[in-house]
Amino acid sequence: MTAAVKPRHYTVRAGRIGLQVLLAVIVGGVIYGAFVNAADNLARAHIASGFGFWNNSAGFDISQTLIPYSSSTSTFGRAFWVGLLNTLVVAGLGIVLATTLGFTIGIARLSRNWLVARLAGGYVELIRNIPLLLQLLFWYNAVLKALPELRSSIVLPIGGFLNNRGLFLPRPVFAPGFFAVVSALLVGIVAVIALHIWARRRRERTGAPTPVGWWTAALIVGLPLAAFALAGFPLAFELPQMSRFNVIGGLEILPEFAALVVALSVYTAAFIAEVVRAGILAVSPGQTEAAQALGLRSGATLRLVVVPQAMRVIVPPLTSQYLNLIKNSSLAVAIGYPDLVQVFAGSVLNITGQAVEVIAITMAVYLTISLVTSLLMNLYGRITAIAER
Amino acid sequence: MAAMADTPVTYVRTAPAEALPPPVATTGFIGWLRANLFSSLGNTVLTLACAAVILWAAPSFLRFLLIDAVWSGPDREVCLATAAHPEPGACWAFVRVWLSYFIYGFYPIAERWRVDLFFAALAFGIGWLGWLSAPRRDLGAVYFFIVLPVLSFVLLYGFPAIGLAAVPTNLWGGVLVTIVVATVGIVASLPIGILLALGRRSELPAVRWFAIGFIEFVRGVPLITVLFMASVMLPLFVPQHFEPDKLLRALIGVALFASAYMAEVVRGGLAAVPRGQYEAARVLALTYWRMMGLVILPQALRITLPNIVNTFIGLFKDTTLVFVVGIFDLLRTIEAARGDPKWATPVTAATGYAFAAVFYFICCYGMSRYARGVEARLSRGDRR
Repeated sequence: MTAAVKPRHYTVRAGRIGLQVLLAVIVGGVIYGAFVNAADNLARAHIASGFGFWNNSAGFDISQTLIPYSSSTSTFGRAFWVGLLNTLVVAGLGIVLATTLGFTIGIARLSRNWLVARLAGGYVELIRNIPLLLQLLFWYNAVLKALPELRSSIVLPIGGFLNNRGLFLPRPVFAPGFFAVVSALLVGIVAVIALHIWARRRRERTGAPTPVGWWTAALIVGLPLAAFALAGFPLAFELPQMSRFNVIGGLEILPEFAALVVALSVYTAAFIAEVVRAGILAVSPGQTEAAQALGLRSGATLRLVVVPQAMRVIVPPLTSQYLNLIKNSSLAVAIGYPDLVQVFAGSVLNITGQAVEVIAITMAVYLTISLVTSLLMNLYGRITAIAER
Repeated sequence: MAAMADTPVTYVRTAPAEALPPPVATTGFIGWLRANLFSSLGNTVLTLACAAVILWAAPSFLRFLLIDAVWSGPDREVCLATAAHPEPGACWAFVRVWLSYFIYGFYPIAERWRVDLFFAALAFGIGWLGWLSAPRRDLGAVYFFIVLPVLSFVLLYGFPAIGLAAVPTNLWGGVLVTIVVATVGIVASLPIGILLALGRRSELPAVRWFAIGFIEFVRGVPLITVLFMASVMLPLFVPQHFEPDKLLRALIGVALFASAYMAEVVRGGLAAVPRGQYEAARVLALTYWRMMGLVILPQALRITLPNIVNTFIGLFKDTTLVFVVGIFDLLRTIEAARGDPKWATPVTAATGYAFAAVFYFICCYGMSRYARGVEARLSRGDRR
């Protein structure tokens, strides 16, 4: 054997290191080239760079603001927070509605009632196979914009109006005494948690069933109601008033907001329904049979045996559906709801022209939400993992 | 003996018993109804409620789409509510007039045969690859991933040297753009996605971290921001004289976005291949690429084919988002046509959306049925 032939593993190792260096050089080169070109192009177009624009005056209006904002005095930074809050409100409400609807439909799909199961199946197939943007435009342009005009508004029995400019509802006005109701509710919640812990300990110690349902209801609903009555009903409603060209006062819900919430919840619910169905089917029928053999009733079987095991399967894909909903809320830009993308990556970008910074901030926000959620998800997975021997 | 005679302990029936009623039917139509619709009081209430919903919704749906619909006419007058026709249905006349715009956009009328030829070539490729027992599917893959892209580019964009006039992409529109965006996304995302998936499972740290970083970054942000990035930032990142085409920018955005999702699907398939397959390939002294190409990937892609198709469905629906960066896909052409004052009626928007919904539903539902068929076929092998 000649000494000139190197053993094979040396060439393999050299190849591996070479490949990695090559990748690093390519990626570095692309980034460097992009950087140089961007600096060149920006300088030629006289666009500033850096984040100095954050404190400049914004000068544009936003149709829905949850925190004080005015086009003349507020900054771009303030506009960012307004947009982010609008995104979070839509996403939060959408998640609640989509979960409720999705669980209902997912369970209905497994119903032994043929008609119910078929209806739920039809809903899922129809909604999942039509693009969300199309559904959003449908709700906005074909349903909400087709409502009657201001003059022929639909008058709601609770003292509100519905027309193509939005939904106008009575706005609750809280008197100072209202904090008593809130604190009563908090006390009630704490008491209920304590009660449940006590009841479980007692059941585990003595084996005696300890029903707490009525106490729970009394503490959560009854206590705040009592406080409400004792404090002298510290709540009034400001009714919206119809004027000639406008509706004054009351709580205004923009049609853009309503369309976005409805479209997101209806669309995501179809996916959640599939997640729920798969989760319930993943619990083997033997578990139900074993629970029945132990003498548990059907309600207890569901609550104590099936649901805890199904949730372990349901929660991870459910979270990714929630993330999808949050990311999909950026479709707001198509109908002009002032969410983060529309306000920041739309208006702010157009005014400042600082595409790199603005898009980077927008992406960073969504990335943070995603990463934090998946971290929490991993934590949940570790906690609920079945302890294997 | 005597005691037994005094107290009779047996009872002997002397008359025949009354006939019992027949058992509740458990078979046949009545039995089916009883078991599936009216098994209990709660179920009966549910059934009646669902029936009420269907009876209320279905007729108005059908009336709008078919019975009250207007099928032809020159302008908006035919679709307006009249005394004889108080509830106007869908205005299909509007779709008929604008149909060629919905399919081709502003593609020059004399050149539209090229678009038709592209559709045919694409359908041929999909059929070749999608039909699992078609002959020479390896050639089909070469056709779909190499021949078809070149052919499509020459056909659609034009190639003046062989007599095909150039058609700039701002004239493209409608179904053509939707299909082009979806196809480019599919054709580009599969190879890039496979490479990223291999990278993510690689033993080389630099490769692995690059793949993880790319995949997690893209999956963590909405497609709209990726499209914004591609359309606003990409022109900044290249030298000034090389201004990328607007459609090309959106295509790059869609392809990168789809690749990250495809990578995760392929990774699932790679993980499902048993370890023994990797070890056996190593024992046979196959190099990394031959091991992947000959042993692992064929199995992994086969296992995960239904998931790949599901990703395509998602991608197909997501193509509508190019709307936001000003590309005239099907949805955008409908939005544009809807604004035509000649056809402005209260039902125009609903009609346009119904047309688009039917198109997307047929495509997506078809793909999902196909995925289910493949799944059933693959699991048939496992059942033996």
